Amino acid sequence: MSQVLAIENLSLSIAGARVVDGVSLSVAAGEVMAIVGESGCGKSLTAAAVMRLLPPAVRQEAGSIRLAGVDIARLRESEVRGLRGRRMSMIFQEPQAALDPLSTVGTHIAQSLRQPLHRVRAEVLRMLDEVGISDPARRIDQHPFELSGGMCQRVMIASALIGRPELLLADEPTTALDVTIQAQILDLLRKLARERGTAIVLITHDMGVVADIADRVAVMYAGRIAETGPVDALFAAPRHPYTALLLASIPRLTDVPKSVLAVIPGRVPGAAEFGPGCRFAGRCPLTEPRCEAEPPPLAPIGDGRATACWRWEQMV
Amino acid sequence: MKPRMTIGMAIVLALLAAFAIAAIAAPLLAPFDPLRQSLLLRLKPPGSLLGGRSFLLGTDDLGRDLLSRVLFGARASLLVAVVAVVLSLVVGTTLGLLAGWLRGWVATVVMRLVDTMLSIPAILLAVLTVAVLGPGLLNLVVVLGLTRWPRYTRVAYAQTLQVAELPYIRAAEMAGCGTARVMWRHILPNIAGPLMVVATSEFGLMILFEAGLSFLGLGIQPPYPSWGSIMAGGRQYIERAWWLTVFPGACLFAVVFCINVAGDWLRDQVDPRAASR
Ligand SMILES: Nc1ncnc2c1ncn2[C@@H]1O[C@H](COP(=O)(O)OP(=O)(O)O)[C@@H](O)[C@H]1O
Ligand SMILES: [Mg+2]
Repeated sequence: MSQVLAIENLSLSIAGARVVDGVSLSVAAGEVMAIVGESGCGKSLTAAAVMRLLPPAVRQEAGSIRLAGVDIARLRESEVRGLRGRRMSMIFQEPQAALDPLSTVGTHIAQSLRQPLHRVRAEVLRMLDEVGISDPARRIDQHPFELSGGMCQRVMIASALIGRPELLLADEPTTALDVTIQAQILDLLRKLARERGTAIVLITHDMGVVADIADRVAVMYAGRIAETGPVDALFAAPRHPYTALLLASIPRLTDVPKSVLAVIPGRVPGAAEFGPGCRFAGRCPLTEPRCEAEPPPLAPIGDGRATACWRWEQMV
Repeated sequence: MKPRMTIGMAIVLALLAAFAIAAIAAPLLAPFDPLRQSLLLRLKPPGSLLGGRSFLLGTDDLGRDLLSRVLFGARASLLVAVVAVVLSLVVGTTLGLLAGWLRGWVATVVMRLVDTMLSIPAILLAVLTVAVLGPGLLNLVVVLGLTRWPRYTRVAYAQTLQVAELPYIRAAEMAGCGTARVMWRHILPNIAGPLMVVATSEFGLMILFEAGLSFLGLGIQPPYPSWGSIMAGGRQYIERAWWLTVFPGACLFAVVFCINVAGDWLRDQVDPRAASR
């Protein structure tokens, strides 16, 4: 299967600290790849690097990012701008804040096509309908403040997809929405990925979301990938202690009350506290001396899975 | 979105429109030539009827009709203010936008220049420039336009810094907008509200400035009337002919007051969120 996005060995640093360290991942057409991890582990920066819109403080130290085989880092700024909105798009966590308060829904979406609204109005209306916005003819001329959060996210999705990009990066697209809306938006994303063959990278900190929608998942911890593989296999039998603990912390409706929710002890180390070994060693129940000294590589373990743990065989 | 209009606001806007029309149509509305002197008609009080001619606002020390002079004076005042505001708004906003978007050394240079300009007393700067360029309508406009931009720059800069950090600016970049489009279509409209507020308060200030400079003899030159120069001429007769200072002064006050009220109203209108409340 040809990869739409292939990130290899991506390393990003802020003031010398590697906040993203040797991340590799790939997504194929029509596939939903989830990146999951606690807040601050480098998910958003990874996505920003793909769009080549890193904050000024962040430097790309190493690695390549290929969109349909073309290395994005090699392109000129104007060429990358040509890709944005047309071949790769991004949506974010706060849909209401991501829409210009003075632009109408229609002009916002038309902008992705680099066209004035009056020329692409029919196309925009069709797209609004496709993302499940009722009464598109009225909504197209409304401002963001007249829409609900869920509707704003649908508008964002419409403007992200109207250019028919091969890749959609969705950075916590449902975190700010309430649960029923969240499910609808996830369904919509999955449906569009299937119908249009869009490759989706879905960033989330919610294992429940991953289970709902993703085909494959990369679990990130403190800037590195801890474990990756197909969702079903990984959920059924995690091969990294961090994954196992994350899965144990998913609240289930049928489960015990919230007070006895499994919580991972300790906290994510800050960028200044990274040691030479495994970054999870300080919180891991399986830590041995080797973990503190030497970082485990992300090693294949069969069935399209890989884990970065010296002791994964102890988990079988 | 429909602008909400109160009766008070309608009166204010109607008054401003009336002044604008008076200024534009002064040659049609003025009963007499504002420059024609008549020593027989010196310092006649308002409402005088002489030789079959009525002088609604009276006459000045050279026997010129005050109403005609005030109408033509409105022309000078409003013209100077409009051009000066537009000039300084364009210059100031452009500099502030660029400084706020590019940051770095551009911002340092621009903002130091702003600090420098703002630390020189405006009236001194104006007097110096007039001394170099010579007095006159055109020079007055140039002086005001080139000395009044820093306030816009400050506001545009601070607002751009703020707006540039907002998610929708990032989203616009993610959608493939170039720098020019982001600045023109997304940042500028979103900082326009505060800039309009500055522009309206500056507009009132420019009218006062023009009057002040003309009063000092540095602006519109006699015999051409402006509100400031009429008042300057009337100053020495203030005990015998109050109308020479009161009428142009009242016009000045009314216009500046209306502009300031209209400015507040406008600020609410340019923000659709405020209008929907
Ligand atoms: N603009 C920025 N300037 C400095 N540090 C940043 C910036 N954005 C993110 N970081 C830092 O980089 C790390 C990774 O951030 P991020 O990718 O946003 O995490 P996530 O999306 O997984 O929550 C965090 O430690 C964060 O503090
Ligand atoms: Mg994030």
